Amino acid sequence: MDKIILGRYLPGDSLIYHLDPRGKFLLTFYFVGIVFFANNVASYALLLAFVLFAVYLSKINFGFFIKGLKPVFWLILFTVILQLLFTPSNNPIWHWGIFTLSKEGMVISAYIFMRFILIIFISTLLTLTTTPIEISDSIESILKPLKRINFPVTQVALMLSIALRFVPLLVDETTKIMDAQRARGVDFGEGGLIKRIKSFVPILIPLFVSSFSIAYDLAIAMESRGYKDGEGRSKYRVLSWARRDNLTIIFMIGLTIILLFLRSY
Amino acid sequence: MEITFEHVTHSYNADGPTASLGLDDVSLTIKDGLFTAIVGQTGSGKSTLVRHINALLKPTSGIVKIGSRVIDSETSNKNLKSLRKQVGMVFQFPESQLFEETVEKDIMFGPINFGATEDQAKESAQKMIQMVGLDESYLSKSPFDLSGGQMRRVAIAGVLASDPETIILDEPTAGLDPVGRQEIMDMFKGLQKNGKTIVLITHNMDDVANYADDVAVIHSGKLIANGLPKDIFNNNDLLKNDLLTLPKSAEFAKKLSQKGFSFSKLPITIDELGTEIKQQLNGD
Repeated sequence: MDKIILGRYLPGDSLIYHLDPRGKFLLTFYFVGIVFFANNVASYALLLAFVLFAVYLSKINFGFFIKGLKPVFWLILFTVILQLLFTPSNNPIWHWGIFTLSKEGMVISAYIFMRFILIIFISTLLTLTTTPIEISDSIESILKPLKRINFPVTQVALMLSIALRFVPLLVDETTKIMDAQRARGVDFGEGGLIKRIKSFVPILIPLFVSSFSIAYDLAIAMESRGYKDGEGRSKYRVLSWARRDNLTIIFMIGLTIILLFLRSY
Repeated sequence: MEITFEHVTHSYNADGPTASLGLDDVSLTIKDGLFTAIVGQTGSGKSTLVRHINALLKPTSGIVKIGSRVIDSETSNKNLKSLRKQVGMVFQFPESQLFEETVEKDIMFGPINFGATEDQAKESAQKMIQMVGLDESYLSKSPFDLSGGQMRRVAIAGVLASDPETIILDEPTAGLDPVGRQEIMDMFKGLQKNGKTIVLITHNMDDVANYADDVAVIHSGKLIANGLPKDIFNNNDLLKNDLLTLPKSAEFAKKLSQKGFSFSKLPITIDELGTEIKQQLNGD
């Protein structure tokens, strides 16, 4: 669990941290979208330069981003190799059975590699610099227009923030229960498949039971503090949109224009 | 079975960005057959320390000797069952480890994992349910139908059922009523008198004074004091720095001594306090 960097928040203080989370959230998705517009060396270089610039602005050690790649390393390698060997071509360099190695294949797999890197870096940047609660606030605020079609935005936002709040708690609880069952002689990850699956019963049942009791206690505590439903509440955390957020949007528009220019060039 | 910590350091997430020191160069001997209390503020590393005794955690550096077993950073996660059979561990709020359909099956779970036959485990379950103060009619109930206190007792029975030589207790009476906590603590003291080694983590200084033979004080991952309860409670440096509070009897004795009583030694239990007061009143 400790190895995964993507999805973690790292406390810090820099321009990227102070950006409005709604803007950061949407722009990250926007960036992931425009990554697919890039189609030549110059356009990929532009996007890479942008990502590296953003990482530089965040003042976070670059090593974290490299670490963030580790869990998906095999996925990237697998996809790149598939693309490398299975791209059909008219003038292959090397050919054996169903495998083909060609110049086009190499270029396409290099692009795919770049896409992975760009997308993982930018999303790691978002989660490292934005607290989970900011993310759930932004989702609530972004989904607000859906209220018109009777989508329960406040309820979804509440569920989301409770879920996020309880993730670390449940992780702790899981570790604790695992330790307790280990002390009673359970071996996790030993023996055949069936035995391994069976050894998870003593974790899953207590975990479900304690989730029920947490849910029950939390509901009672919320009701006794006067929570009725999502309607008519005021907000404690208010997101504020500042000039720097406008600047990031202008910057993004500039980036898109240059990208579209390089693409057709 | 003596347990020795030699320069044990434990670092959480040792090579990650969020590394934090849990234990810092701790050397400590937990003597065979004694009742050792481990005290210290929340987050001082008490739980980290005791998790080393059955190798749920392994030292980042240094070694832990448990009887003839030596655990260091290189120790493999395999073949630890024999160690865990010898060292039973009652976690904080152990009721969250119950999962079987009946209380009996849940108590039998440990012994069976450690290689007991079904009959042996059943016999053990019948013995243990009485030892923790419930009668045999509870064996056929579902653990989830019981009250919190009864669940706690069943969970403790489940740990004791595999007959460990050393029993580690991480605040076993937290959240129990006064009668229940006394019963449970007396039971553990009784087990110790029958030859078990007990290690107790607690914040309750009265329990330390009443039951412990040996006290270790932990503060931010370091062992700062180790000795007899009466010596530890007479250690003014510890008290002054708020690293320790006194048991109620000792607090009361201190107030009395301001009013003219004088005690030859600080009484830490009610009995000691009573004897001292009686002597002084008769003497006057």
